[in-house]
Parts: sequence; structure tokens; C-alpha cells
Amino acid sequence: MDVRADPTRQLVRLRGRSYVAFVFSPVVPIVEWLAEIDATLARSPGYFVGKPIVLDLAAVDLSSAAIAHLVNSLNERSIRVLGIEGVEEARLATNMPPLLTGGRACVITRNEPAPKPEPEAKPKPTSLLLECPVRSGQSIVFMEGDVTVLGSVGSGAEIVAGGSIHIYGTLRGRAMAGVNGNGNARIYCQKIEAELLAIDGYYQTAEEIDVSLRNRPAQAWLQGDTMKITPLN
Amino acid sequence: MAKVLVVTSGKGGVGKTTTTAALGAALAQRGQNVVVVDFDVGLRNLDLVMGAERRVVFDLINVVQGVAKLPQALIRDKRLENLWLLPASQTRDKDALTDEGVGRVIDELRSRFDWILCDSPAGIERGATLAMRFADEAVIVTNPEVSSVRDSDRIIGMLDSKTVRAERGERVEKHILITRYDPARAARGEMLNIDDILEILATPLLGIIPESQDVLKASNVGSPVTLNNAESAPARAYIDASRRLMGEEVAMVVPAERKGFMDRLLGRRAA
Repeated sequence: MDVRADPTRQLVRLRGRSYVAFVFSPVVPIVEWLAEIDATLARSPGYFVGKPIVLDLAAVDLSSAAIAHLVNSLNERSIRVLGIEGVEEARLATNMPPLLTGGRACVITRNEPAPKPEPEAKPKPTSLLLECPVRSGQSIVFMEGDVTVLGSVGSGAEIVAGGSIHIYGTLRGRAMAGVNGNGNARIYCQKIEAELLAIDGYYQTAEEIDVSLRNRPAQAWLQGDTMKITPLN
Repeated sequence: MAKVLVVTSGKGGVGKTTTTAALGAALAQRGQNVVVVDFDVGLRNLDLVMGAERRVVFDLINVVQGVAKLPQALIRDKRLENLWLLPASQTRDKDALTDEGVGRVIDELRSRFDWILCDSPAGIERGATLAMRFADEAVIVTNPEVSSVRDSDRIIGMLDSKTVRAERGERVEKHILITRYDPARAARGEMLNIDDILEILATPLLGIIPESQDVLKASNVGSPVTLNNAESAPARAYIDASRRLMGEEVAMVVPAERKGFMDRLLGRRAA
């Protein structure tokens, strides 16, 4: 799309600049074509919102009223038409989008890659903090690092972490630390009543955990191939 | 402002329906406009406990599907004129209920009543999730035993994630109601004690209902226990719980073993 105007005065300088816009080329019957647009919107609502859209009416022969109706129909779908091409200027009323000429086809570079670098720019968090109890049946999986729970982990709940697991409450469920092969990960809890503890694939079930450790602060770590569970104080 | 309260538990047979009827009647006795809604489609019970089983014409599913209007399906209690029942269907199954349909009915109920008590079916499937879906508050009915407590924990997790309030980032106010508490067994250490239950569930306590024959007697005659014998121990505990729901401060009483004449006699002999 091109917009050109000669600078007439110094104060208001008009410059030409070309941009990329989506081109819609409606075909008859228009109703079916609109249904097609609706189907696209149903798959990804808001896909066209805020995108520059140009209507290419070369393939259809629409009256001025029909063009107005089409533009309104698109407006109702939150699609704003920036300009119209492929039609005689006489058919466009003044309140319609302007006629555009001289468009060149080009490959649409998607807008999606633009926002992507942003999250990448931020370093990924390496710990997860949960400020509420983890309830039975809930599964917290965090492969990127440590998990801290301010509360208890219920029987039948599980925490899976790439790093260590810290529980400021009673651990009644399962805790699996260092699941990415991190043998240095540990599990800490204020009260141990765990169903299962695992570090880097080595595990102990409730039955194997020494009774004397129960109900007190404890930590679990790996010493070579064996899991050690010791009181914290 | 109308409050939607779901009575739920996860586990079956813990006393959800008894609790719904008892709390509903107790709130109605305090002058509130109350409707109790049975969500246990296919296995309805609330109509029996309320003594309205012979007056059911239309049900929740008829209203959800638009076959009947809400006023046609509502049944007024014979004892309290501000207590109503919206029964479930016994012949249909839970798949006949839709999210939007239930939401519509709840909205309509909100405009007519102060309290909407939803009696949830057991389990964590569709019926139970729909019963809690639109709740502002929840009463989690728990028996003092491990399996019931763990199921309650699961249900609390769902209340915190699957309800409309949770999805909006708000909280469903949750209360634990311990039912079938047997002081004698508690004294012998055969049941989980109350502190342990509350520690596991990390949720405030609404009341402790003692195990009692009065509950069975009341449901056999089709009456909420709070109406059948308001002086009985479970009725008083439910009435206290209903006052706490209305924001009153009521001291919590842990039911103690009441020794009868024979017990005392025998107790002395053993000593």
C-alpha cells in the first residue's frame, strides 16, 4: 500500500511510506465467504484484531450499498478495514475506507515472532513458591528447579521438582526431587509423614522410613546410591 | 445478598444430605429465605429427608432444560413457609445437567432467596463439580476417619480450582463440619481427633455434630433433625453451625460422653 502526497507547506510535512497489510479478497456468495471468516475467528478469536486489513473487491461486483454492508459486517467481527482496492472510486462513499492502489504482493512476516523474544529475555524462574497447602490429588510438577511449599502436602498429593523440595508444613504425600538426574537435590520438611520420597530416581516408601523419624523435621538426600533421611535438629 | 453454599465431601455416607436439610431448616428458622437444591441426579435423597417425596412433580433437570419454570419445580416445606426444596431427578443422569443451564437456575434462585444450599453428590465427577461450580461458600462434611479426611482434602483442592470464584481469582469461603463424632470412641482413641483433622485440612471449623440416633429417627420421619427434635444434641450442634454461618460468634462445644445412669453405676463398680 502506498500513500503519496507532495509536501505543500513546511509545517505539515507529508511523507509516503509503505506497510504490509492483510488482504481479504471476498468471493460470491458473500454470505458464505463471511461464514468462512467466522470459522477462522472461531478457531482463533481476536486473530484479526488490531491488524491492518485491506479489502480487494476485484473478484466481485458490488454496489455501493453492498460494499458498505460488507464493511459493516466486518466491523461487527472486530475487523477494521483500512482501505479498499479493486473497485471504482465512485462506488465508495466518503464515510468508507479510502481507495488504495499500487499494492504489491509480499510474504507476510507473522507478528508472532515479535513478542516471543520478550519472555526469552527474562531468565526463567528457577524456583516455585506455593503459599497454600497442596491438597490430596494435586500434582505440582516443576522441572526447572526448587519447589517451596508454605503449608502441608496432603496425603495423595505429589510434588515433582527438578531441584530440591522445601516443605514448611507436614509432608503427607509424595515428594520427588532431582527428577532430571540431579543427585544433589534434597527434600526438607517440617514434619515427615511422607508416602514416598524420591531423589534422582532412588526412592523410599512410607514403610521403609524409620518410625523414629516420623513427626519431626527431617531431610532426605542421596549418598551414592542410598537415600539418607536424617532429623533436621 | 444471596449466598450459594455447597455441602460437599468427596466421600459418600458422611452426612451431606442430613447436613443440607438440617442447616437449611435451621437457617429458615432464623427467618432466612432458604432453598435446598438436590444435585444428586439419579440418586436423590434430599426429598426424603425433607419429607417432600410425595409432592415432587418437576425437578432440577426439567428446569435446566426449560421444560418447567422454576416456581413449578420449587416445593415449599410444610413446616416452615420460608424453606423450599428443588428436587433432583431420579430417572435421569448427571449428563443431563449443563454448566450454563445450572448457572441460569442458580442466578434465578439468587434473586428469590437469601441462602441457596446445594446438596452435592459423592465423588468428584460431573455432579459434584457442578454442585460446587457456582458456590460462594462451602461446607465440607468430614467424618473423623482417615479416608474421609483425605477425600475432603481433595475436595478442598477442587473448590480452590474448579469453581467460578476460583477461576475469577476469588476465594470460596470454606468451612469444615465434622459429623458422626462419637465421644466414646474418641475417648478410646479410635477416631482421628479434631485437632489432627483441622491440621490436615488447614480450614476453619464450622461445628462438630455428634453421632446420634436422633439423626436416623429424624430422616425416617422425613424431617430435618433441627426441626424434628430441636433439643437433641445433633440439632443443637447444627443450629450453632447455622448461627456461625450467619456470622455470629458461638463458642465451639466438643461433644463429651454423656454417661447414663447405668454407665455411672457400672463406672463406679469398675473403679
